[in-house]
Amino acid sequence: DSDPVGFDSLDLNERRGRSTDAELDRRDGTRTSEALTPAAAARDEFQEELVIRPLHSGDIYASFQFRTLWDTDFLQEGQKVSHYRLFPKSLGQVLSKFSVRELHISFTQGFWRTMQWGQPFIPSPPGAELWVWFHDTVSDVDGNWKELTNVLSGIFCASLNFIDLTNTVQPSASFKPLGLGNATDHRFLRYATLPREIVCTENLTPWKKLLPCGSKAGLAVLLKSEKLFHSSFHSQAVHIRPVCQDEQCTSKAWELRQTLNVVFDLYTAGQGKKEWSLFKMFSRTLTEACPLATSSKVYVDITDNPELFELSPATPLLSQAVVLGDRRTYSVYDLSRAETFGQLRSLNLLLRWKGDGEMLRPLLHAERYVAGFGLQTGEIHTVIYNNHPYRAFPVLLMDSVPWYLQLYIHTLTVTSKSRDNKPSYIHYQPAKDRHRPHLLEMLIQLPPHSMTEVTVQFERALLKWTEYTPDPNHGFYVGSSVVSALVPSMVAMNTNFTQDQPLFSSFVPVKEESSYFVRVYTEPLLVNLPTPDFSMPYNVICLTCTVVAVGYGSFYNLLTRTFQVDEPSLPLAKRLANLIRRIRGVPLLT
Amino acid sequence: MSHDLLQMHLKAVISCLVIVLYKVHTTKAGQFFSSGHTNNWAVLVCTSRFWFNYRHVANTLSVYRSVKRLGIPDSHIVLMLADDMACNYRNPKPATVFSHKNMELNVYGDDVEVDYRGYEVTVENFLRVLTGRLPPSTPRSKRLLSDDRSNILIYLTGHGGNGFLKFQDSEEISNMELADAFEQMWQKRRYNELLFIIDTCQGASMYERFYSPNLMALASSQVGEDSLSHQPDLGIGVHLMDKYTFYLLEFLEEVHPASQANMNDLFKVCPQSQCVSTPGHRTDLFQRDPGSVLITDFFGSVRKVEITKDTINLTSPVEPPIKRSGSSDIQIESLTYVDQLPVAEIIHQKPKQKDWHPPDGFILGLWTLILLVFFQTYGIKHLKHIF
Repeated sequence: DSDPVGFDSLDLNERRGRSTDAELDRRDGTRTSEALTPAAAARDEFQEELVIRPLHSGDIYASFQFRTLWDTDFLQEGQKVSHYRLFPKSLGQVLSKFSVRELHISFTQGFWRTMQWGQPFIPSPPGAELWVWFHDTVSDVDGNWKELTNVLSGIFCASLNFIDLTNTVQPSASFKPLGLGNATDHRFLRYATLPREIVCTENLTPWKKLLPCGSKAGLAVLLKSEKLFHSSFHSQAVHIRPVCQDEQCTSKAWELRQTLNVVFDLYTAGQGKKEWSLFKMFSRTLTEACPLATSSKVYVDITDNPELFELSPATPLLSQAVVLGDRRTYSVYDLSRAETFGQLRSLNLLLRWKGDGEMLRPLLHAERYVAGFGLQTGEIHTVIYNNHPYRAFPVLLMDSVPWYLQLYIHTLTVTSKSRDNKPSYIHYQPAKDRHRPHLLEMLIQLPPHSMTEVTVQFERALLKWTEYTPDPNHGFYVGSSVVSALVPSMVAMNTNFTQDQPLFSSFVPVKEESSYFVRVYTEPLLVNLPTPDFSMPYNVICLTCTVVAVGYGSFYNLLTRTFQVDEPSLPLAKRLANLIRRIRGVPLLT
Repeated sequence: MSHDLLQMHLKAVISCLVIVLYKVHTTKAGQFFSSGHTNNWAVLVCTSRFWFNYRHVANTLSVYRSVKRLGIPDSHIVLMLADDMACNYRNPKPATVFSHKNMELNVYGDDVEVDYRGYEVTVENFLRVLTGRLPPSTPRSKRLLSDDRSNILIYLTGHGGNGFLKFQDSEEISNMELADAFEQMWQKRRYNELLFIIDTCQGASMYERFYSPNLMALASSQVGEDSLSHQPDLGIGVHLMDKYTFYLLEFLEEVHPASQANMNDLFKVCPQSQCVSTPGHRTDLFQRDPGSVLITDFFGSVRKVEITKDTINLTSPVEPPIKRSGSSDIQIESLTYVDQLPVAEIIHQKPKQKDWHPPDGFILGLWTLILLVFFQTYGIKHLKHIF
């Protein structure tokens, strides 16, 4: 059967295709009778990690990463994969059915404030974002994309089925694959965002069910929705890509990373006190590692320790990692060792602030806003800041604007330091009404310590009355711009690929030591389109009918009305008298 | 005197009969097949948008919660919520939807799967779910895969009027459309028995037009009456639930999977003294007597269990041959990651070779017009002067 999602069993445990036994012996791969060759006993392993980074504004940033690594190749000829252990079956079937090479999907609530919080480990735009690289054996990419979005909308309980050709673009230079590969023909890439997509517990529930331990053991017990959504920023993502199996990199392995980034606000979740603990953040403490995990660790960023804050319980394990161009020191709590939990058999980290400090200014950040007034025209301004004191570097700006904002590309200006800055590469695909959005990609060289502004004017289109949403006065969203850059790094980055690198530093592959790749998302825009007044059809009918009645009625009367003199009717006595007078033949009374 | 004797005799006969019938019913097979259904489905729809309609989402989620608690799994529930209240920016307690003031009961919970949300809740999608006419790429969780042995519970809530129910403040479904949809379901054998509950103003008008068999309907108010909301919460700032569903939830909280409560108890939920409106029900299309229909026939779930005393021998597992990925004689080259921002490559990127399309109609028409006008003014005999 070709159904990629779920099957006919009513058993709740098996609904997500998860094998529930945690034993490590190999199971028989010849379960399905139609398998041509028995599936190889492929190894898969699971690692989980939590990184806690206190932010200078008093907020705290927690980043969960769950990685399942599976040494198999779905798309190899003659190998039908039917035995899933740690890798979720629902995603595996989706990958093989649609010949997906890479899949990145993220659901975000809130906006990442780069200037206050620094750079995130894994960036994501507000709303839902999905970008997929298909294999070059696929003949109908658009058909596969449409079906894939529908299947994913069922898996994640999100309205991803609203992704269609009117909001899908094919970037020509951005979003290169994050996994292994050599050929990158951008015809096999599709990118779409839904900035309006709401993220709530119904998206977290299926996401948690994809984990091998579910939310019962390990770090996932901390994921309680009541606390996670009471935050300034919440982002959950699934990234699937092929990676190297080992250091020699001779064979591929599939990597599934589930990441969850959350920033807890000092005032709403922290009650104003600069003191954070696991219990305060998540209303839970850690009691054990996931039994299926080969490594389960908690990292706390103590680079600013001990001047800035104190951490308890203390741990002797320290680790240094170069991440986002900076060398940071981390305290490591290894959950697979029993002594981490202490006598109470539970781990509750406590961080207490002692003073305020200076935050390192992020080298790259971007903003976007709409200028202008009225409901006819407007101007989109994208501002990119390069805060490096002496180095210039190129950035790739990708803008995807829906068709109902008609861009006038002849008004596009790129200025840095109040001088014109000509991009070295421009790719523009104009929109087609109701078929395609605008796609604008530019490679801009940012001078050091400068602000670059990209402006383009647009006109708002009139939609057909059936195309408006049920609440059109809210406005229409325009997805975030994506700024991708190789930012010069202050510290030499690690280009070696080793298995024991912490997960947060090994997400983006590093090719050269002097720079690191970063992707910055701007704010989404909310524009009002000229909206008819839907709420008063009754009043319109009344008004129209009144006008028609008064106008046409008067006209009709003018043409057809004649005046006749009407004798007033006599009172009864006079009428009787007239009767007698008529008989007598005498003139009547009036 | 003889009348009393007759009555006594009658009572004795009846009690004997009752004992005999009771004995019949205690046999497991008889009990299992008496209801006639083998699986349960639920379609729960909230049709209102905007924050002040919080209570409609709370209504739907309370029925969802009861139905899940009594055993229907998420794969058999189609939950449609027209707007998001839990993670709404106006909600002072995110990821919660409360049904009782003082925030006693969070009906949203930690394990909820909403199948249709936001703009997807439309009349068209609702009717497609009921009749099964969905596009082929619709995932299973969004389909109502019922068969002729399914008992379906359909719960609708929102703003309604005499003969219609408003969806998302922009469209309506009429009672005739609903009746026709149920008839389509009957003709396609998509249900065994169907319980329809509606909590809107003038809700009884929605079931007036039903004409398919095996339908039982309940409504929170009669035609001409409004269904009222229960309590506002000063912390959240809106009314939390409607009266009818509030008392329905209270009633359902007492029901457990083995409960023997029947439909007559459900009809008594929320009398006029509590609800202000008069709840109505309709059972004339239903074959069985409502007193014999258990609440769990619709709100709970039937698990078919066959107990066998035979033993089954499992064959010993076959060790699969260890298959090496790739043979050893092929040159294995190391794979590399792709460059994330290859600046030089991008700058010298050739523009995409677009496939040549023949000129479309407009261009062809334009050129035809130009040529026609030209030849008309100048005549065909001048053609040789041009070429």
